[in-house]
Amino acid sequence: MRGIRKSFPGVKALKGVDLTLQSGEVLALLGENGAGKSTLIKVLGGAHQPDDGTIEIDGHTANVATPQASQTSGIGIIYQEFNLVPFLTVRENIFLGREPGRFSFIPKRDESAKAKALFERIGVDVPIEAECRQLSVAQQQIVEIAKTLAQNARIIVMDEPSAALSPRETKGLFEVIEELKSHGIGIIYISHRLDEIFEVADRVTILRDGEHIDTRPIADLTREKMIELMVGRSLEKEFPGRDATLGQARFEVANLQHGSQVRGVSFDIRAGEVLGLTGLVGAGRTETARLLFGADRPEKGVIRLDGKPLKIKSPRDAIRQGICLLTEDRKSHGLVLGQTARENFGLPNLGQFAPLGFIRQREESREFLRYVDQIQIKIADPEQITGTLSGGNQQKVVLAKWLQRNAEVIIFDEPPRGIDVGAKYEIYQLINQLATDGKAILMISSELPEVLGMSDRILVMNEGRITGQVTDVMNATQEAIMRLATQREPIAA
Amino acid sequence: MKNIDYAKLFPDYGTLLVLLLLCIGFSAVTLEEQSPTTANAAKRLAKRMANELAPGSNVIVLTRQGGDGASFAAALKENLAKVGLTVAQTVVGQPADARKALVKQGETENVLAGIATDKHMANFCNANLTKISETHPSLAKAKVYQPQSYHWPNFLKKDNVLNIMKQISVVAIIAIGMTMIIITAGIDLSVGSLIAFSGVITALAIRGLGGDDPALGHLWLGSLAGVLICGLVGLFTGGLVTLFGIPAFIATLGIMFSARGLAFIFAESEPIVVQNEAFGWLGRGRDILGLPNSVILMLILFAIAHVLMTRTSIGRYIYAVGGNPEAARLSGVPVKWVLVFVYTLTGLLAGLGGVMEASLHVTGDPKAGNLVELQVIAAVVVGGTSLAGGQGKILGTLIGVIIIGVIRNGMNLTGVEAHMQSVVYGAVILIAVLVDRLKAKGIRLRKH
Repeated sequence: MRGIRKSFPGVKALKGVDLTLQSGEVLALLGENGAGKSTLIKVLGGAHQPDDGTIEIDGHTANVATPQASQTSGIGIIYQEFNLVPFLTVRENIFLGREPGRFSFIPKRDESAKAKALFERIGVDVPIEAECRQLSVAQQQIVEIAKTLAQNARIIVMDEPSAALSPRETKGLFEVIEELKSHGIGIIYISHRLDEIFEVADRVTILRDGEHIDTRPIADLTREKMIELMVGRSLEKEFPGRDATLGQARFEVANLQHGSQVRGVSFDIRAGEVLGLTGLVGAGRTETARLLFGADRPEKGVIRLDGKPLKIKSPRDAIRQGICLLTEDRKSHGLVLGQTARENFGLPNLGQFAPLGFIRQREESREFLRYVDQIQIKIADPEQITGTLSGGNQQKVVLAKWLQRNAEVIIFDEPPRGIDVGAKYEIYQLINQLATDGKAILMISSELPEVLGMSDRILVMNEGRITGQVTDVMNATQEAIMRLATQREPIAA
Repeated sequence: MKNIDYAKLFPDYGTLLVLLLLCIGFSAVTLEEQSPTTANAAKRLAKRMANELAPGSNVIVLTRQGGDGASFAAALKENLAKVGLTVAQTVVGQPADARKALVKQGETENVLAGIATDKHMANFCNANLTKISETHPSLAKAKVYQPQSYHWPNFLKKDNVLNIMKQISVVAIIAIGMTMIIITAGIDLSVGSLIAFSGVITALAIRGLGGDDPALGHLWLGSLAGVLICGLVGLFTGGLVTLFGIPAFIATLGIMFSARGLAFIFAESEPIVVQNEAFGWLGRGRDILGLPNSVILMLILFAIAHVLMTRTSIGRYIYAVGGNPEAARLSGVPVKWVLVFVYTLTGLLAGLGGVMEASLHVTGDPKAGNLVELQVIAAVVVGGTSLAGGQGKILGTLIGVIIIGVIRNGMNLTGVEAHMQSVVYGAVILIAVLVDRLKAKGIRLRKH
């Protein structure tokens, strides 16, 4: 791949990335969230069209205009979410979409023989007539690999393949990868787990902000060097300062537990404190927030506000008791896009606007217009349908509706996502103002500069656990946080 | 000055336009010569005769039997006497009766100056009077009077319009609940069966309470029982949908079969007659301004539902749950409670519809309400509510119900046969859904 460029409206996701893969090697692709790894993979898989750049395989220009063309060119991509039909058998899934003809009989015996041969080549035994839903995650992954091989893939891309695997299963995966290498197949391996990279990769390519930073043999790299290359930017002065005066602990969470996503999370937030919560994708940050807000029910754990244990069975309970959550994904979780901005704004505030069940629409409108001024929502009319607003303005409507709640504990999940730089500053100032008013703020963010610039204290999560805490934020570095975020066992920093 | 969004205007009022066009069309097709037989027409006719005839002249009144004939004749007699004419005879009957009356009048040999008639008798007299007066010369000078006729569509006659409204009232009342359910992206197939279930329960309860001679109080209690039991069924449906996550289509399909079966079992497959004509008050009565009671009830319920959906928290919640259930939940909307509410309300309204239907026939019939659920759904969809949820208006549903009623009535008036009517219904529903899709596309286009 040479000089791949890709822009989305408002974002340059890839700014001329080069990437070379040799046959029979494992190339690890590293970078922070948003560095451009996923976009690059989607270009390779034919899901996105590059604005510029060429892709060659064995010296010939490869056609990756569509996912089908990409497959035919010998590229197989295994995404984090598998593309298997749960009610079809392993064999049927492997050959799905490549049946001989629309109305011809399926050569079952022939397919069985081929599937068997594939699994022999991989060196793993999977029952080929079992339905895919009966298989373990690791087995399903093997089926995905077999599927790409059945399509004669010579390049296999694995996006976070170990994310859902146990350590033992991961070992098994590495054996399969060794086997594939010996057959001359090139593998691009994406993972946040640096330990694995050292175990499996031959070379490492590092991306940052859509640019190619470096490609080196694994032997030339240390863990620290990797992190430095991944983060590698200076902290700009884009955050408003604040003199924090911290009070008593207001919000306390003890031993929160939910499956493997949130494992024994405990922390507290003091009055007037902005607590940053960071970690890599899938670390369990958003899941923790959802538990605190009652969107999911924890298996265990105690939540206290001002020393009083809270009973939270639903978001409604949480809101009533003074907790609110600004979700990361506003389109599916934050807004009813078919309703007007005013109606969305009023939705959690009907206790105020409609004490007897009848909505005082004029008051609702007036209160909303206050926020239009305060956080500069660009909107013609409170009656505008929210689906027709720009992303940033949608986010501001979400912000307005929660600010109106005047909650005691406010959880921001990726607060400025999709908001332009100027408005970002406004939102940071708002967060500071809320903290100054004595609220407890939990700010979840993947952007390390934001976490470092805004938080009074930082918690770092990995694999469902809090793996570290940074109290001296002034002197903390992004490298230190990244180290905590890839740490398996909890340590103090 | 606010800018008017013309693109938005059409989907909002498009159905109203369709209704208007239908009414104009049916009016044009059913335009006919009308001859009034009201008290006012009698007064005007008497005045005209007094102007033309000498005071004290002999007149007779002839009207056809049936329709308003008797009341028209009585009004004529009264008014003619008032203006100083002598009414020798008043006959309400067939042409043969009229002939007899004329012959009898001729035999008295008193000179007859005028005959007051309606349209039918005027035709008879004009055709036969000359012949009768050959043998009875005292009739020769008699002049035939009939009310001034005018042109007016049968479709727009007051009785016909009220009739349409009365016919749709059951479907319309249930459609209120169905609109709310469909706005939450659900569906309820059980309402037709609940009409029968409620009617049978009501009739049985009245019989159980009052035996063969139920009092008024028994009628009220029995009706209440029918409505409340259907409300419980709705509550049960809501429970199935929210607690067990059964798709509404399946849950209500099950209820549909069970309720219909239970109605037949309870009624032992026979219609149960309520032994008190007063039970017909709701379905047949016309107590205020000559409007049928069922229509008044319908209008009141629509007004309440409109306010509920546009002005109250529960209305806002219903739209939010349909538009984006997860966002609604995360905004503190009690999603499950809202769903249980709409299914229970629809159950109650279907129960009320059942009581109205039973009242109309003074009978609890296990066969009642067959396929009404589909009429209700069709009306809601025609009224512009999206099956995908989140969008729809109560007043749109009212218009949808009226459109369906108008089409049926118009086709009856113009003599379209039953099977063809079914074809037309189908086409109307398809067109409505097509408009819905185009609307959705239009919104998407404007976003880009």
